[in-house]
Formats: sequence, C-alpha cells, structure tokens
Amino acid sequence: MANVQSVDVKLQVSEHDHAHDHDEHEESFVSKYIFSLDHKMISRQFLLTAIIMAVVAMTMSIVFRMQLAWPGEKFAFINAMVGDKWGKDGILDPNMYLALVTIHGTIMVFFVLTGGLSGTFANLLIPYQVGARDMASGFLNMLSYWFFFVSSVIMLGSLFIDDGPASGGWTIYPPLSALPEAMPGSKLGMTLWLISMTLFVVSSLLGGINYIVTIINLRTKGMKMTRMPLTMWAILITAILGVLSFPVLVSCVVLLICDRSLGTSFYLSDIYIGGRPLDNVGGSPVLFEHLFWFLGHPEVYIVLLPALGITSEIISTNSRKPIFGYRAMIGSMLAIGFLSFIVWGHHMFLTGMNPFLGSVFVFTTLLIAIPSAVKAFNYITTLWKGNIQYTPAMLFSIGLVSSFVTGGVTGIILADSTLDINVHDTYFVVAHFHIVMGLSAIFGMFAGVYHWFPKMFLRMMNKKLGYLHFWLTFICAYGVFFPMHFLGLAGVPRRYYTNSNFPLFDNLVDINEIVTVFAIVAALAQFIFIFNFFYSIFRGEKSPQNPWNSNTLEWTTPMANIHGNWPGSLPVVHRWAYDYSKPGAEHDFIPQTVPLADGENDGGGH
Amino acid sequence: MKLLILIGLVLLIIAAHQLMRVVELSREFKKTKEWHITDSDNSFNGKLMLFIGGFGLIGFLFWQINRWADNSLPGAASVHGLKIDTLWDYNMYLIIVVFVLTNAVLFWFAYKYAGKKGVKATFLAHDNRLEMAWTIAPAVVLAGIIIFGLKYWNEITERSTDPNKVTIELYAKQFDWTARYAGKDKVLGSTDYRQIDGGNSVGLDTLDATGYDDILVKIEFHIPVNREIEFKMRSRDVIHSAYMPHFRAQMNCVPGMVTEFKFTPNKTTAEMRKDPYVIQLMAGINEARAKKGDEPIEFDYILLCNKICGSGHFNMPMTIVVESEKEYNAWLAKQKAVKTIETK
Repeated sequence: MANVQSVDVKLQVSEHDHAHDHDEHEESFVSKYIFSLDHKMISRQFLLTAIIMAVVAMTMSIVFRMQLAWPGEKFAFINAMVGDKWGKDGILDPNMYLALVTIHGTIMVFFVLTGGLSGTFANLLIPYQVGARDMASGFLNMLSYWFFFVSSVIMLGSLFIDDGPASGGWTIYPPLSALPEAMPGSKLGMTLWLISMTLFVVSSLLGGINYIVTIINLRTKGMKMTRMPLTMWAILITAILGVLSFPVLVSCVVLLICDRSLGTSFYLSDIYIGGRPLDNVGGSPVLFEHLFWFLGHPEVYIVLLPALGITSEIISTNSRKPIFGYRAMIGSMLAIGFLSFIVWGHHMFLTGMNPFLGSVFVFTTLLIAIPSAVKAFNYITTLWKGNIQYTPAMLFSIGLVSSFVTGGVTGIILADSTLDINVHDTYFVVAHFHIVMGLSAIFGMFAGVYHWFPKMFLRMMNKKLGYLHFWLTFICAYGVFFPMHFLGLAGVPRRYYTNSNFPLFDNLVDINEIVTVFAIVAALAQFIFIFNFFYSIFRGEKSPQNPWNSNTLEWTTPMANIHGNWPGSLPVVHRWAYDYSKPGAEHDFIPQTVPLADGENDGGGH
Repeated sequence: MKLLILIGLVLLIIAAHQLMRVVELSREFKKTKEWHITDSDNSFNGKLMLFIGGFGLIGFLFWQINRWADNSLPGAASVHGLKIDTLWDYNMYLIIVVFVLTNAVLFWFAYKYAGKKGVKATFLAHDNRLEMAWTIAPAVVLAGIIIFGLKYWNEITERSTDPNKVTIELYAKQFDWTARYAGKDKVLGSTDYRQIDGGNSVGLDTLDATGYDDILVKIEFHIPVNREIEFKMRSRDVIHSAYMPHFRAQMNCVPGMVTEFKFTPNKTTAEMRKDPYVIQLMAGINEARAKKGDEPIEFDYILLCNKICGSGHFNMPMTIVVESEKEYNAWLAKQKAVKTIETK
C-alpha cells in the first residue's frame, strides 16, 4: 500500500512540474484554502485550529483558577464566561468546575499538544526536511485535518448543551462517565466527548500513517535515515506510537459507548445509583483503566517527542554546534518510545491492581528515566562552548530543557509506588505533569512556531515581542506550577472544587492565590504572542531564504509557497544536518546539499 | 458608560495602528532588520538566563521551601508511613540536588556561551566516554531507588496475617463514607448490592446472620493505636479513593471489587495534638481561620475522597480518631449493632 501511494505522489508531482514549466497553476479558493491537499496549507490549518483551541482551554483554566483562589467570591468574568446557569451571580457551579477541568485537559492534551503540535510540524516539516514534493497521500492528509476540525467543533459544541460538557476528568473513568445518573456531564456531554474523540483518533491515524510512509518512502536521494534531522526521527517515532496506541483508545471508547447505550457490562458491576440497583454484573472499571492508559501513557510521549525533536534542531542551529550525541539522541528516543508502551500501570498503583504487577511497572517506569537523562545532558552539552544566538525560538528551547528536568525529577518520586501512595492524585501530580509534559510540549511548540514562522508565512515575527512573551511565560509558568508541589505535600487532592470544606487546608490559601495571579498574567502574556503571530502574518518583515543560517533542506526552498516545494529537481543530500562550525569550513554552517569535500567525514567526524 | 468604553477602545486601536505605521516606516530606513540577533540581544538574554533562569528558578525553590514547607503534612502517624517518610526524604534530597545542579549548569552555559560576533563554536559531535558516564550514573542511582522502593512496597501491600488485627470496611458512595465494624462475632457480614435500600445503606445480605451485629458509623470512626488495621474498601456507585494522608494510606474504592489497605497507627489523636510540629501547623491554620472570622480548630486525622466522583467530590470528609485500646473498646461498646435490617 505504501508503495502505491508513493507512486501516486510521484505522478502528481510530475504534473505539478509540468504546470510550473508552462503557466501558473490556477486554483480555486476552496481547493487552495479549505480542502487543500498541500502539506504547507494543511499545517497552517492545524496550527490555527490549535491556537483557537488553546485560547479556549487557557480561558477555562483562568475561570477554575479564580474559583480555587477565591472560592465563594463573585466575579462578573466567571458569569460572562459560563453564563447564568453555571455561574449564577458570578459564582462557579461545582459541576461546571469539573466540566472545565475535564475539557481543559482534553483540549490541551489532545487538540493542542497532539493534533496541534504533531499536525502542524509533521505536516510542515516532513516533506521539507526529507526532501519530498508533498506527503505520501495529500488526500489522506486533507481528511486528517478535516476529521480533526469536525472533532474540534463537536468538542467545543458540547460546551453549549443544556447539561454541560463531559465532566468526569479527562481520563473519563467509568462508572462516573458511564452513568448519566452519576453527574450531569455524563449525559449528552459525555456522548459528544466520545464521538469527538473517536473522530480525533481517525484524524490522528490518517495523519500518522501518512507521516510514517512519507518519512520511510519519500526521502530524497542521499537522505539516509542516519542523516535525517532529529525532528524527523522524533516525528517518526511519535507517529508509530500513535498508530499503535490510539486504536486501543478507540476500543476503550467503543466498549464505554456499549456500556452507556447498549446495556453491556464491560466496565460495570454491582452498582446502585439513582435509587435503584443496576443489572450490570461482571465488568470492571479497572479494565477501562488498563485500556485507557495503554494509550494514555504513550500519549505523554506523543505530546513530548515532537517538542524534543523540534528543540534538538533549534538548539543545535542556534548554538551553532552539532547536536551532541546524534545517535544517542535517536537511541534514547527509540528507548523512550519502546518503554512508553510498558509503563502504563504506574497510573494504577492504587486502583486495586495486583501489587506485584505494580512492582513490574515501577521497574519499567524508572528505566525510562535513563534515556530521558541522556537527552537532557546531551542538550546541555550542545550549549557548551557554543555561540548561542538568542532567537525567541532558542529561548523557548532552553526553557524546555529546564522544564523537562524540573518536571522529570518529580517523576522519579511518582514512579516509585511506595512514594506514590501518599501523593497519588494530589497537586504534586498536577505540578509534575504540567511541568514535564505541558510546559515542555508547549515550549517546544512555541519554539517551533517562532523558528519556522518564516517558512510558513514567508515573513518574520517580531523579535522583541518574542522575548517579552518568553520571559513572561517562563516566569509565570513556573510561578503557576512550582507552588503546586507544596499543595501536594500538604495532601490536597486534585479536582477539588474548593478546599474550604477541609479546615486543615486553611493555611494554604495564599499558595492558591499566588498560583492564580501568575496564571492570569501568563494568560495575558499569550496575547502578546497572538498579536505578534497575526500581525506578522500580514505585516511582518519579509523573510530571506535562510534567516537562521540553518543546514536543513527546508531552507533551500524558495520563499514562496509553491506546489512541489522545489521548483526544479529535488535536492540531493550529501551530509547530516548538523555541520555547524565545522573546522576548515568557510561559514559556520554547511547545508545538507553541499557535497562532502575530499577526505571530509560525514556525521560529526572531521 | 459602555459607549465611552467603546469609544476609548476604538481610539486605542487607532492609536496603536498609527504607532505601528510609524514603526513600520522607520524600519524601512534601518540597515539591520528587526529580527536580526545582535550581540546585545545575546548578552541581554544570556544575563536573563543566568538571573531569572539560574538564580531565579533555584532561588524560587528555596523561597518556597522556606515559606511553605511547614505547611506540609506532619510526620507519618503509622508504622509503614515512617518508612515511606524516610524513603521520601532521601529521594527528595536526591532530586533537589539533581534539579539544582542541572538547572545551574544549563543556565550557566546559556549565559556563558551567549553568542558574540567573530566567535566560532567548538565542533563537538559526540564523546562516548561522557555519554557512557551519564547513562551508567542514572542507571546505578535508579537501581538503588527501585530496590528500596520495591522492598517497602512489598511490605506495605502484603496481605494482613496479624491475628490481632482490626478489620474495618470503608464503604464509599456519592458523597459520603460509612465505616463498618464486625461486631461481636468478629466477622463482617456478606453483602449484596441488590438489597440496598433506605434501611440497608451498605447492602448487607439479610440472609447472612454474621452481619446482624455489624456496626455502621458515619462522620467519624475510631481505631486503636498500635494495632494493625485492615481496611476493606467498597463502593456503591462510582470509583472513589480512600485517602488518609496522615497515615500515608490510600486505596481506590471500586464498584464490583473489594480492595484492601492495612496500616498500624502509632500515635493517638491526643499525642498528635501535642506534637511540636502539629502545634505550629495548627497555629498557622488557626491564624488563617481567624482572618476569615472562623473559630479555631484542633488537629484531627481525616479521610478524604481522592478520585473524582461527581459534584460533591470535594466534600467527603470523615474524621478518624486514634485512641488507646481501652478508649477504643469503650467507644465501640457504645455503638449500636445494625438493627434496622429485617431478618427473614
């Protein structure tokens, strides 16, 4: 099948060449901007959708952070955001609180950091960096975006229904999510959540298969696997993880739909709710948890790996040095990818799962710290004796290394089942995953946008606004998530509408207030980015062909979004992507298309 | 008023637009482009990396420890909990050292190697010895963490074999807890969820006579100090989690299953109230309460729900009282056995 597709694309491509030889290729508005088959346009579509989704999810977080810092206070803002039904007099309803944390998590994890991050950068970079005219199948690629779009619309639509959106947490554990009697969000809202996520998985699979096929089959001449930029390796491994794990989420969701609608008992047993015993016997919610986390844990790396790939590229380029330990970086990503499939049980130490099974997961989970440590040290060594160019992208990349370490070390605590007992499901966990996964991935995404903006929109973003955006975001992000560790140490559970019902938590009010103030400033800081982004699309300075003096192939394409990417024949690759500051070279970068000189070694030898 | 705001906004947008025009026009005349990274950009951001990233972030950790560490849970009030605390401390010291060193080196390099014109970076692609070193070092450290962690984990989770144990069932539902004691026959009666009704809230099987003397309590339950307490957890409706933070104890309550957790409390509530750390903790809490105009409170052990279970998730407290064997027996004797169940 893969081969058929690649042949298909080659045929398409020769047609494009033909068109360029004679006349400009005429395109209608619909085929250019809406149902586009072009990877660059699809990438921009993913990015714009993700930005909109991110603003929604961020606004939600401000609403529930205000509730947590000042419970019982009346805010016109809350009333304006959730309306009279859920925010009467400006006080948030407890069910809406749960709905907001649920949809915030769902949107950030799936729609922004999976669909948005992979969708944007896999689509933009794969054909550019492997030297292909387009993705293996432009049509599947278009379908991938439109499934993503429909699933986003359904997810947002669920916010406006009468009973409110899904509210059982982004992990939607049954029976809470299975029984409409359990909470209002488990009525129509949960149905829409399940439909939306199923479509999302379809989108993710169509995209993922396409990414894998393109990287494996459509590399240009000379682009050996071991010459690929690390972004390509990261996206390849991410796509493989997605293709192997997302279908399990679908099976998990389909069984839940059966339990909800068809009276089956996969996850339900011995339940008395709404004043009557249910007929369901023999199922187990623990089965759901296994299926969910079989996706859920690789998902963490689906979110993180593209960010790590993007920043590897940016840190090397802007340190003007080869990435340190190219092969070790690939090896650690492969190890992380493999291990990510056998660690899911660390989310389930206290679910009633056999404790011996827990021990196995402790072992595999702590193993994953080794390749992660290797990656962090390799990043740091790349900076050593570099000539660091502080583009906004570089700032965010260094921010990622910091958050990857800061959030990563607490993972060592949580992976240890013995220590997990007392901090499981507390704010310690919230702090951990927001820093290691949320911040790192979003920093990677910002880095990618700042770095490849010239390729996407042919113009430059404003540097000074980028600096301001980074420093405010960096300070506020740590200001939001670092103090949460201390809430966890005091034993505060997550997903509590308010802590004021437990007098023992009364001394923690100032932590919650500090967190919320940082969150509000951080949210406002994002509007600097949004302004810079949209302003620069239309009025930014025109970009030269290779603004960052980078080696990879995308910077050899002309500064125009043309079909087929390169006007003439495809470039031929002669070296790896990291020949920065090579001794004896005239410039401090040697693009991949430059042939090796006599006696010159490829891949870091010199 | 709204009109004024609207006019103000429009004027603001016009002003911003004019300002942008000026900036755009002026940049036409400049030789260097706005986005070019200059030495002063590099030096400025390099310094911020050192001061905000390096000193700022690491300083922030210690500022927080100084300010908030005393709000943390008191030392464990259970035998296994003390082991968890020891292990926790070692792990915490370790990760704080790693956090400080790694961030310090990262931000130091980010400052030291900020770009300057004319400087060429050192071409260094890999170094096998270094890479081996930082693969092996974490592996060795992690091996230690795994060995100690699993040793304790096995001890904590092995089935209770103590003949002198007290068995208590914790029954969760939306949104409260019921604790069930075995009564005189020392056997918890079997249950059947189909028999739940107004008078039989935990679903005791009316055909099982061993359940007739069971004792049900709400809001507060008592346990004797220095005896192993074996908890059997059940849920009526959705997943809940029984979290008893002071004892370092937590286990999910899953519909259709009976889960277990055991621990031996080693400090009574009264002893805990005299603990110097707890006294300062409660002083802080009562100070915060006084500001809100609330009455001061005394320390109590608590049970909370720690798995999202619906709108009342945040409000499922139960007080735990740890007391001497004698006090416990006296309390238990005062509790009434289940009588509301009709016997067939």
